[in-house]
Amino acid sequence: MTGLFQALGQRTLNGLRGLGEAVLLMGRILRAAPEVVVRPRLLVEQIYAVGVLSLVIILVSALFVGMVLGLQGYYTLSDFGATEAVGTMVALSLVRELGPVVTALLFAGRAGSSLTAEVGLMKATEQLSSMEMMAVDPERRILAPRFFAALLAVPLLAAVFSAVGVFGGYLVAVGMVGVDGGAFWSNMQNAVTIQDDILNGVIKSVVFGFLVGWIALHKGYMAVPTSSGVSRATTLGVVHASLAVLGLDFLLTALMFD
Amino acid sequence: MSQRLVEIWVGVFVAIGLAAMMVLALQVSGLTELRQPPGYHVTAKFDNVGGLREKAPVSMAGVRVGRVEAIRLDPDSHQAEVKMRINERFGAIPADSAAAIYTSGLLGEQYVGLEPGWETEPLADGDRITETQSAVVLERIIGQFVTGMQD
Repeated sequence: MTGLFQALGQRTLNGLRGLGEAVLLMGRILRAAPEVVVRPRLLVEQIYAVGVLSLVIILVSALFVGMVLGLQGYYTLSDFGATEAVGTMVALSLVRELGPVVTALLFAGRAGSSLTAEVGLMKATEQLSSMEMMAVDPERRILAPRFFAALLAVPLLAAVFSAVGVFGGYLVAVGMVGVDGGAFWSNMQNAVTIQDDILNGVIKSVVFGFLVGWIALHKGYMAVPTSSGVSRATTLGVVHASLAVLGLDFLLTALMFD
Repeated sequence: MSQRLVEIWVGVFVAIGLAAMMVLALQVSGLTELRQPPGYHVTAKFDNVGGLREKAPVSMAGVRVGRVEAIRLDPDSHQAEVKMRINERFGAIPADSAAAIYTSGLLGEQYVGLEPGWETEPLADGDRITETQSAVVLERIIGQFVTGMQD
């Protein structure tokens, strides 16, 4: 019985310690922000690694998600004779939810995992400590550019996702099943507003970019410096980032769209 | 990969992202319309346009010939003035055609239906369709029915 309580207490303390470490790490990364402005080249390289290289998966997924939404929306709405509303449905689902959330999940899998593995491997091969030996701060050189690259890339990728998804929905609804194109756009434009829908979607994706970048870098930086430790950190990074994104999405939706 | 290529790709990426945001702002939330098909404008005044919206279809015999471009309230007659843009391909619509507002679908999506007249002269840019029939407002019909029942 006492063993059970001890295990519970240990787990809680470990969790709290991890959270504390993560918060301290974030503080140091934010303090290193000027480095990103002083050396924009580091940031550009990281935006290439996490943003440009994620474009293909975002484009392809967005197109198919939009097409599926268009088709499912058409099937459901045609029962009610309201197929003109399919544009509204596709656009609102994408801009409010699927754009930011699916982008963040894909980003966690495609870019977040590579960030964790890269930083974890740097730690395992003692590159980080040798940088410190040479009086180069690894938080400034390694972590800060990667974090701010994620923070910038996710909103841009989410915008691309939503726009391409709407286009995919248009392709299916108007091109394949024959919904009126004008009604598709006009209903959509009447229902979607800049402030409530698009701006909130952008805010969501900024929050998710922050979250995924933070979790990925923290897991890599705190990884046990062995091959199994790095692989475990990479898995945990993706799992935790995905769960955090989904959980926080519910909270943000409840706050934003009342 | 050379630094120059990386920079070019990042530039392309940022441009694509910003363009996507512009598309979302302009095309999806409808701040302005980006593309315009060639065509000519005609106007029509209705006593009541009901739920007619901008960009609603204008059709003739069930074929879409144009779109509603603007709806405004005429300050003198207190009627709704509907400005329509008819596709250039449909240039031979008789000038004395009538316009009516109909409903399609269960959710009450409304469109303008044109009934052809007999004149040989076609509608031209800036013409006004004089013969119009307003949208059917269900509450008004029910109201008339109820008053009729009471008499």
